[in-house]
Parts: sequence; C-alpha cells; structure tokens
Amino acid sequence: MSSESSTVLSPPGRFAGGVHPPEHKELARHAAIEVLPPPAELALPLLMHTGAPCQPVVQPRAEVVYGALLADSDAFVSAPIHAPAAGVVQREGVATLPNARHVKTIPLKVGPHQMAAEELMADMFGGEWPEDGIADVAPEEIVKAVRAAGIVGQGGAAFPTHVKLARNPKKPVDTILVNGCECEPYLTADYRVMVEAPAPVISGARLAARAAGAATIIIAVEDNKPEAIEALRAAAAGDVKIMSVPTRYPMGGEKQTVRVATGRTIPTGGLPLDVGVVVINVETAAAIARAVWRKKPLTHRVVTVTGGGIAQPKNILAPIGCRYADLVAFCGGLKPEAGRAIAGGPMMGFALGDFNAPVTKGTSGLTVLTAEDVRRAAETPCVRCGRCVEACPLDLMPTRLALAARHKDWNLAKRHHLMACMECGCCAYVCPAAIPLVQLIRMGKVQMMKEVGK
Amino acid sequence: MAENAVTPIAPAAPPPAAASARAAPAKPAPALSVAPGPHIASGALTTRRMMLDVILAALPLLAVSVYLFRQYAVFQIAISVIGALAAERFFGWMRRRPNTLGDLSAAVTGLILGLSLPASAPWYVGVIGAFAGIGFGKAVFGGLGQNIFNPAMVGRAFVMIAFPAALGASAYVAPTLGVDAVTQATPLTAFKMMGSVAALKPLFLGMTNGSIGETSALAALIGGAYLCWRGTAAWRIPAGGILALAILAGASDLTGGSPWTFAHHLSSGAFLFGAFFIATDPVSSPLTPKGQWIFGAGFGALVLLIRAFSGYPEGVMFSVLLMNSVAPLINRWTIPTPVGGPAPERK
Repeated sequence: MSSESSTVLSPPGRFAGGVHPPEHKELARHAAIEVLPPPAELALPLLMHTGAPCQPVVQPRAEVVYGALLADSDAFVSAPIHAPAAGVVQREGVATLPNARHVKTIPLKVGPHQMAAEELMADMFGGEWPEDGIADVAPEEIVKAVRAAGIVGQGGAAFPTHVKLARNPKKPVDTILVNGCECEPYLTADYRVMVEAPAPVISGARLAARAAGAATIIIAVEDNKPEAIEALRAAAAGDVKIMSVPTRYPMGGEKQTVRVATGRTIPTGGLPLDVGVVVINVETAAAIARAVWRKKPLTHRVVTVTGGGIAQPKNILAPIGCRYADLVAFCGGLKPEAGRAIAGGPMMGFALGDFNAPVTKGTSGLTVLTAEDVRRAAETPCVRCGRCVEACPLDLMPTRLALAARHKDWNLAKRHHLMACMECGCCAYVCPAAIPLVQLIRMGKVQMMKEVGK
Repeated sequence: MAENAVTPIAPAAPPPAAASARAAPAKPAPALSVAPGPHIASGALTTRRMMLDVILAALPLLAVSVYLFRQYAVFQIAISVIGALAAERFFGWMRRRPNTLGDLSAAVTGLILGLSLPASAPWYVGVIGAFAGIGFGKAVFGGLGQNIFNPAMVGRAFVMIAFPAALGASAYVAPTLGVDAVTQATPLTAFKMMGSVAALKPLFLGMTNGSIGETSALAALIGGAYLCWRGTAAWRIPAGGILALAILAGASDLTGGSPWTFAHHLSSGAFLFGAFFIATDPVSSPLTPKGQWIFGAGFGALVLLIRAFSGYPEGVMFSVLLMNSVAPLINRWTIPTPVGGPAPERK
C-alpha cells in the first residue's frame, strides 16, 4: 500500500430494511467492455433526460461529424444531444422508450467512415487524466463544459448534471458522493468502468467537487465488488475516499447511499442537496472528466447486456440511440428460454415490448430473464405477516399502501405516507402472498396525484 | 438453473460473427412477457410455507402430547384438524370460493385448536370448535387474511361456553382414561384452588396435566425458536409477552407476593404455547414492529391479570382474543414515520 494511495473506509451510517436478491453478476462481470460497431442507423430521442425536451439544431439531410451538436434547449434543466457517429440526419421520427413514453427522435444514418473501436475506447477511458491543475479550472467553466457536453445522471434518473453542480449559495455542498454501488442484480456496467477506467472516474469526481465547492469526495462501492474497490483505491490519492458499503438492495438508491456513506438523512421529498451532498454515478463522473479535459460530449455509454436469456452476456460501449435489437444481436441473440427483456435491472427496470427502443443516456443495461425467472406464484390474500414492512428501506407499510391504492382510499394512503415511497420494489420482492405491492403503490401515487394533488 | 448454463465469456473472447448474428435477429422468437417490475421475487416464503412452518414447529409439542396423553392426543388433534378442513371446505362452498385447503391455514387452525383441548373432551367438541372457529372466526369476515380474531381461539371460546363441563377445570381430571397425566388437577388449577405450588422442573419439561399441547414449556420454546428463526412468527410478540409477564410477576415476587413465582408463570399453562404459536398469528396481530411489542406486552400482562385476579386459572385464550380486538387500533397508533420524515403536503 503506497503512502499516497487512498485507504478503504467503512461507512458511518446504515439503513434498515432492504433485500438480498441473487446477484447473478457472474454472468457479465468478467466480460471486458467491448465496442458496439455503429449500426446502420441511430435514433436520438429529443427527451432522454429529466427536464425540458431539446429542439433540433440540424436540418434533415445535413451531414454531421462525430460529436456534432444535434439538438439543444434554452431551458436550464435540459441537456443537449450530440451525434455519436458521423452521418446524415434523417427526418424527425418517433420512438417509444421503455418507460412507455413516446418521444420525438433525430434519426441519424451512420456514414461509412467511423472511428475504430480501439480509438473510441482510448478516447473514452484511456490515456492520461490530469491529477493536477484542477484548482486552476474555474468552477463555472466545469459547469459550462458539463452542460455543453450534455451530461446527465447515468445511473437511471438522467437528471442534467450541470444543474446539480452549479453552486447555489442557499444550499452549500460539502460532499461529492460518487455512487458505484450498482445494487441492481445482474448489472455490471458500472463495475467494469470502475475496474477498467478508475482514473477518469476519480478525475471526474475531483472536477465535480471543484465545481460544487465540496471538500469531501467519497466513492461508495458495494462490498461484492472488491476488484472495483481495489482499482479505485490504487488509482486514488488521499483526497478521494473509497468506501466499501454493505451489499444490500437498494443500497444504490440515492437516499440509502447518502445515509450510509455520510450518515445524513435526505428529507422526504427532498434532494441530496438538502443535506449538502451531490450524488453522481461513476460513469457520469467519467463523462465529466472527458467533457472538461477532452472537450468531448456524452455520445456513448456502457450498457450491460445480461441474463439467462442472452446467449453471450457482455458489457458494451454503445452509441446513444442504437436500438436494443443491436445490443441483442451483438450478444449472439436470445436463447430459446428467454422470457422477458428488461431495460435496466430486474428490480426497477422496465419490461420491453419489443427491441426497437433506442438506448438513451440513462440506459444502464438490458437484462433478459428466462421464463422460469419471471414465473410468479398466484396472488393470495394478505395475511399481514409484515414482511413488506420489514423490507421497506423507508419504514413504510407497503401492504396498507397497496390496500389504499386498490380501494382508492386516499385518506388511508396519506395516513401511511404513500407519496414517500421510492418504488424500489423490496416489498413486492418479499411478499409471501405474491401481491404486486409496489405495482399497486406506483399506480396509487399517480392516481392520487390526479385526483387530490394539484 | 438456466443462468448457470451460461459460461461467462473471457475478456479475450473473440467477438461472435456479428454480421451473421445481426442478419438473423430471431428465428423462432421466444415469447416475451411484459409486466411492471420488480421482475423477480424471492419465493423463499409463501403463505403455504408459513403455515407449514407452524406445523413443523408444533412437532415437539405433538411429541410431548402423545407421550403424555397417548391415543387421546392423537384423537383430539385428528378430529380438530379434520373438522377444520371440513369446515373450510364447507364455508368455501357456501361462499362459492375455490378450494383453499392447499394453503394449509385451516389445518393450522385445527392443529392449534386440537392442542388447546383437554384430553378428555368428547369428539364433538373438537368438531364444533373447528366449525365455529373457521365459520364465525374467519369465513364471516371474508376468509383468510380478513379475520380480526384468531380462528382457533374463537372456536375454543365457543366450545368453552357451549360445553363448560367438557372444558372446565374438572374436565382435566379424568382418571378413568387410564393415562397417568390426567389423574391430578392441572398445576394452575391446583394452585388456584389449593395453593399447592408445582415443582419447576416438571412444569418446564411438561410432565404435568393440562391441555394436550400446552404442558411443555421446553417444547414450546423449541418450536417457537424455529418459528422466529424462520421469520414466520414475529419474534417481538413472544419477546414482548415474556418480558411483560416476567416483569409484572417478578415485581410481585419482589414485594413478597405469591409462591407462584415469575418462573412458574412463564413455564406453566399455555403461556409459552400461546406466546409463540397463537398470539403470533400474523392475521390477527399488528403489522408494525412497535405494534408487535405492544401487542406482545399486552398479551403477557393480560395473562397475568387473569391468572391472578379472575375466577379462571388460565387466561391465554382470553388474552389473545382481547388483544386481537385492539390489533387494528395498535396498527393505527404505530404507523412508523418514514425515513426522512412525513411526505410534505403538496400545494
């Protein structure tokens, strides 16, 4: 252990509840990141982030180069979109995202001359990442570069990162928390990034801290990823604290990670910012480093294609806008026992109706489960065993919430704090009566908002 | 099983013939289902498995009961279980419901009822108790999960009122059966009536008279430990009950109260059987951790009050039923505050 290396810290906090689903990370954890050859056409959704949709800034039939700006917005909470490959812009299209949202897209016919795979990998993750000189970069410059690169949270929520990093005198930030928990079963994309490219992750974390004015940098990784912890530790100096947190779903949920890594509790309905923390995903951190040091926009991301229904599970560096079908084909197709395809992981991911949806900036993976994996017992009456109450990481009473949602009893729902639910799904995972608890709660939240909330 | 068949590819594995793979997206495409997440479920515990756990946990009690009461134990349990299954089917048929015998909840009701009867009870007591328990205790509320009271205790309360002679203290003394255990009054009755204090060791091991499943504190502890370890029983309920009874009885011991010490209270009668097997019925007990403590403590305190101050030697059945009636209220009092505080009112 060299003297300048970081040591691995134990977390100061904990959260109650949670579950331990079988991890199945072994399927893809050893698969080094491979570059997806650019498919013939990409479709870039104009809204793949939280906030205002973008407007195209290019006309159909325009020829664009790799990294060219395709769409932007004047709104503060938005993120521009860039070309992941050189090609010709097509007429505006429409795509259905896995969350069932219909969005306009800019289709891009990919040209014949593309960057070689090795070159792209080197550009994304390779080479030197400056350790010094961060103090010379003005915080506003970092925020501006992050905004210009179209960086959003790559952990799933896709919230524009520059909004989180911009300093707000009313809400000072003292901690940048890089989330490398990857608590969803099966997924290994973040793990591969941490193992293969710890340097840009650490550099990006430092830049984020500089931008937000945070003195403390913590990278939290679940203890089922010792190789990632070691890689980060070896690459980090003392200013970046590597923290090994217990492996328990939903450790990677923002509320849980912040509580465990800092001991602070985010108020219900609030943000990490309310307790002086900014949380960014490991790949987002790498994207920040790339945007600042190499002036490159967010055009590619690592996605895990895995599950018992996929012929060859892989971690793929994929251009934003490629279709799920391209990923499946690159992984040797589906196995006959495939039973459900999920955008994301099996706990919080969305089932896909077909493979035509495009990969977005927030896509972490494609999990294809077998029919056996997704077989569920028939629902039986609730016997009030309280398993869901024990499993809920937020101390809610899921069975009461589901009852309230089923009967549209919004007083009961309010009394049991329906709107505090973060929909992690632990309750439905453990329910001995196979009641779709979180599914009912999710529906109840939407209906209650419609009927009583304004 | 299927996922184990896949070998993780080595980092150096050559990319598969990507072109050919892309040319044929799917030959006979597997049928993919769509549903809202989570897409996996633990499956470690099902309602049926919970009921099976109770039956497994009752094995030590069954062993002691058969040892003590011979064929009478087998007979009482058999008619209670058969009665409960028949009642479940009968009321299910009346309510035009599919067969629910498979969830084993009726079998558990019958088992608990049978274990709570005296060896000498006539055959119709078990049958009527089972029908009353399943019918008035469960079916009228809407079946499994809807009932307020523990069905086995409703059934037992019913036959206790209907057949006082068959379930009263005197019914436990039946020398004519030819079984040693039932030649003397139960320890609690003997104390209540004559002030004679039983020795602790036979009380704890269960070599005494009583309802067929209640006599052995040790057997109840073994089965109860299994139930709590499995998570089938909420451990806070027996813990709260034992604590409350021990503290209250212990306080009375310290003030020089009664020769029937807290250790006698804990190991006598149906207390531990009730604390682990009856009060923990999930349907009729609170959901919240705090509520389970309150429920357990209330149960333990009521048992002591009834034993000490009522005309009955034992109070487990009444305590369970009384606490059942306040379980919904306890649930309501003990709604936990979410992590991060209550959801803010939206404007």
